[in-house]
Amino acid sequence: MFKITERRMIVPNLQLMTLQAPEIAQVIEPGQFIIVRADPDAERLPLSVADWDRDAGTLTVIFMEVGASTRRMAAMNPGEFIPTVAGPLGKATEIENFGTVACIGGCYGIGSLLPAIRALHEKGNRVIVFMEARSRYLLYWQERLAPYCQRFFSITRDGSTGSKGHAGRVNDILREEAIQPQRFMVNGCTFLLSKASRELAHYNVPVIVSLNPIMIDGTGMCGVCRVSVDGRTQFACVDGPDFDGRLVDWDELLKRRQQYMNEEAFLVHDSGCGRSER
Amino acid sequence: MNEAKKLDLQRQDMPKQPPHIRRSNFKEVALGYTPALAIREAQRCLQCKKPFCMEGCPVEIDIPSFIHKIAVEDYAAAIRILKQKNCLPAICGRVCPQEEQCESKCILNRKGAPVAIGRLERFAAEWEAAQDRVEIPRAAATTGKKVAVVGSGPAGITVAGDLVLLGHEVTLFEALHEAGGVLTYGIPEFRLPKAVVRREIKYLQALGVRLVTDYVIGKIKSLDRLLEQFNAVFVGTGAGLPWFLNIPGENLNGVYSANEYLTRMNLMAGFRFPESATPVSKHKRVAVVGGGNVAMDCARTALRRGAEEVHIIYRRSRNELPARLEEVENAEEEGVIFTLLTLPLRLIGDAKGWLQEIECQQMKLGEADASGRRRPIPVAGSEFRLPMDACIIAVGNSPNPLIPKSSPDLETSDKGTIRVDEKSGKTSKVRVWAGGDIVTGAATVILAMGAGRIAARSMHEFLVREG
Repeated sequence: MFKITERRMIVPNLQLMTLQAPEIAQVIEPGQFIIVRADPDAERLPLSVADWDRDAGTLTVIFMEVGASTRRMAAMNPGEFIPTVAGPLGKATEIENFGTVACIGGCYGIGSLLPAIRALHEKGNRVIVFMEARSRYLLYWQERLAPYCQRFFSITRDGSTGSKGHAGRVNDILREEAIQPQRFMVNGCTFLLSKASRELAHYNVPVIVSLNPIMIDGTGMCGVCRVSVDGRTQFACVDGPDFDGRLVDWDELLKRRQQYMNEEAFLVHDSGCGRSER
Repeated sequence: MNEAKKLDLQRQDMPKQPPHIRRSNFKEVALGYTPALAIREAQRCLQCKKPFCMEGCPVEIDIPSFIHKIAVEDYAAAIRILKQKNCLPAICGRVCPQEEQCESKCILNRKGAPVAIGRLERFAAEWEAAQDRVEIPRAAATTGKKVAVVGSGPAGITVAGDLVLLGHEVTLFEALHEAGGVLTYGIPEFRLPKAVVRREIKYLQALGVRLVTDYVIGKIKSLDRLLEQFNAVFVGTGAGLPWFLNIPGENLNGVYSANEYLTRMNLMAGFRFPESATPVSKHKRVAVVGGGNVAMDCARTALRRGAEEVHIIYRRSRNELPARLEEVENAEEEGVIFTLLTLPLRLIGDAKGWLQEIECQQMKLGEADASGRRRPIPVAGSEFRLPMDACIIAVGNSPNPLIPKSSPDLETSDKGTIRVDEKSGKTSKVRVWAGGDIVTGAATVILAMGAGRIAARSMHEFLVREG
C-alpha cells in the first residue's frame, strides 16, 4: 500500500497528488511514468511524474479528472492509501547539452515537464518554456519552473495573459524573439502534442513528445499502447513514452485514444442505481 | 498388483456444464470428478511396475502411487504424494496437456483409453481445498540463503515452492498487482478459476514465500542490484509484446492482441464491467486469428461476453490446429465457427477508425514444412471479406523485454529469449537462472514448471555448495 501525503486541486479539474513510494523515488528519471490503481477494483492508470523527492521518498503526479478512475483518485485525501504504485516505467528522456531547448507544456504537461526542464538546465541548455492553457486561471507552477528557464512565455486561448492563441503561437514568439531552438519538448494532451508536432516540424529539429496512449500493464506485455512511428509499430510503455512527434501517426493515435469513450462516459454518468441484479 | 486384472477401458467422462448454458457464463466449464467417478477412474490404473506415465511428467510426480491412494479413498495421502513434486496440483490438473504427456505414455493409451491422470490430480487438489485444512509440509532447516524469484507465473512459483521447502529464504517479485502471471492475466476464469490460483499463491505464502507485487524488476531495480541482496536470482518473466500479422489496419479500434483482450477480461475482470472499472467493449462479430490454446481462450471469452458470432481464423486445416483437442472441441460445442484454411490480408475500418471488415484469402495445404505441418498455400483469386467489429490477434508473443534490456550482460537469442544451459537453467550471468517462456518463447504452463524445477535443483546445489 502506498500512502497519499498530499492531494489538492491545483487549478480547476487538475489534481496534484504526492505519494510515498521511496524505492521508485530513489531511481526515477525525467520522462518516466508510473501506474497507479486507486482501489482494488480500479483501472491501472498510467501517470506522468511531475516531481520527486529522493530524500523524502515521494513522487508527485498531476492528473486531469477525466474518467471514473481519475475521479476516484481525486476524491482521496492525505493519509489514505492506494494499492498500486508501479514504476518507474518507460525510458527516461534523453538529456544532453543540445543548446537551446524550447519546452511546451499544456494541462498536466506543464507539471510533467518540470523534471526534464530541470535536468536540461543542469546540463547547461538554454531552456525556453511555453505554458499553454485555455485561460490564465489554468496556468500553474510558474514559480517552480522559473529557476530553470531563461525565457518564459504564456499562451492562452482567451488572451487573458501572455499571447492569445494556441500552440501555433510558439512559432510567432520564437520568430519575434529570434530564438532558434535545437530541440523541442512537448508534454500535454494528445491534441496539443499533435498540433505542436505539425506546427514545429519546419524547424527540422526533433520535437520530442511524451505520449499518453491507453495502457494496461505498462510493462511491455499487452500491446494496447502501440503507436505507428516512422511507419513502424512501437510500444509507448517500453519504447517510449518519448518519441519524435514529427514521425508519429497522429490521426491513428487520436482515434485509438477514443476507443473507450463510451464506456468511460458510462462509468462517470451511470450511478449504478436501478441496474438489474445479476 | 498381483492378480491378473481385467482391462477396464471405460474412461470416466468429465462432468461439464452443457454448452448452451456455459457459453453465456464465466463459471468453470469442467465441474470435476465426484468421489465415485474418481474412485472408478483410479481403479482402472494398472499400477505398472515400470510406470511409463512418470516419464511423461515434466515434474516427475509419482503418478501410480497417488492414483492408488485415490482408489483406496485415502485422499489425504494422494494429495501429499502430489505435493511432493508439484506445489500446484489444482492448476496442473486443469491446464496441463496430459494427452501429450503422462496420459500419452499410459499403457492403456495403446487401447485408446488412458487413465485420466489430470482429472484425478484435480480431484485430489479440490478434495483438499474443500477440507479447509490444507496440510503445510515442514520445510528443511533454514539455510540462511536468500533467493529472488522474478515473475510469479508457473516457472517462478515452482522455483519459489521448491526452494522454500529446501530451507531457503525466498522473495517472489511480481510486476502486476496480482500474482500468478499467465495463470492470472491469461487463462480465463471458465478454464482456471482465479480463486484456484489465489489459493495456490496463498499456499506458497503459507510455506514462507514472501510475495512482493507491483514491483518491476528491470526498472525499479536491476539484476545487479538484486544480486547484491540475494545469493541467487531466478528470472521467469514470461511473455512480452504480442506479435501482430503485419498487415494493414492492425491499429484500428476493435483490433486487440490476445494479451490485451485476455488481460482486460481476466486480470482486470473486464467481464464484470461496469462493476470493475476496466472496460471491454461489447462486440457483435468477433474474429480471432490463430489456432492455439490462447486463440481458443479468446474466442470462448468473446462468446461469453455476448458476441453473436465468433470465428477462429486459421490458415491451415483442423488437423494442424496447435490447440489441445479438448479446447477445440469445447469451442466447437459452444458455437465458435472455425473459418479454416483462411489467411487475413488486411483489416478495413470506417472513417472513425473502427474495424468493419476483414479481407481474407482462401488457402490450401501443400507439402510439409520444417515444422512437419503441411504448408498453407494461397489460392489465387479467392479473396473474400468477413464483416467483423472486433479482431483478436492470437499468433504469439515475444519474450518480455524488461530484464534483457536492463541487463546487457545477460546473453539472449536474436528472438530476445534468455539463453540458458538446458540441464541447469543457468544463464550466462553468474548466480542468475532463468526458465519458462522467457527462455523458450511461448509454451505451456507445465513446461515452464518443469523448467522451474530444473533450475531450482541447480540453484539449491549452488546455494548449499558455495552461495
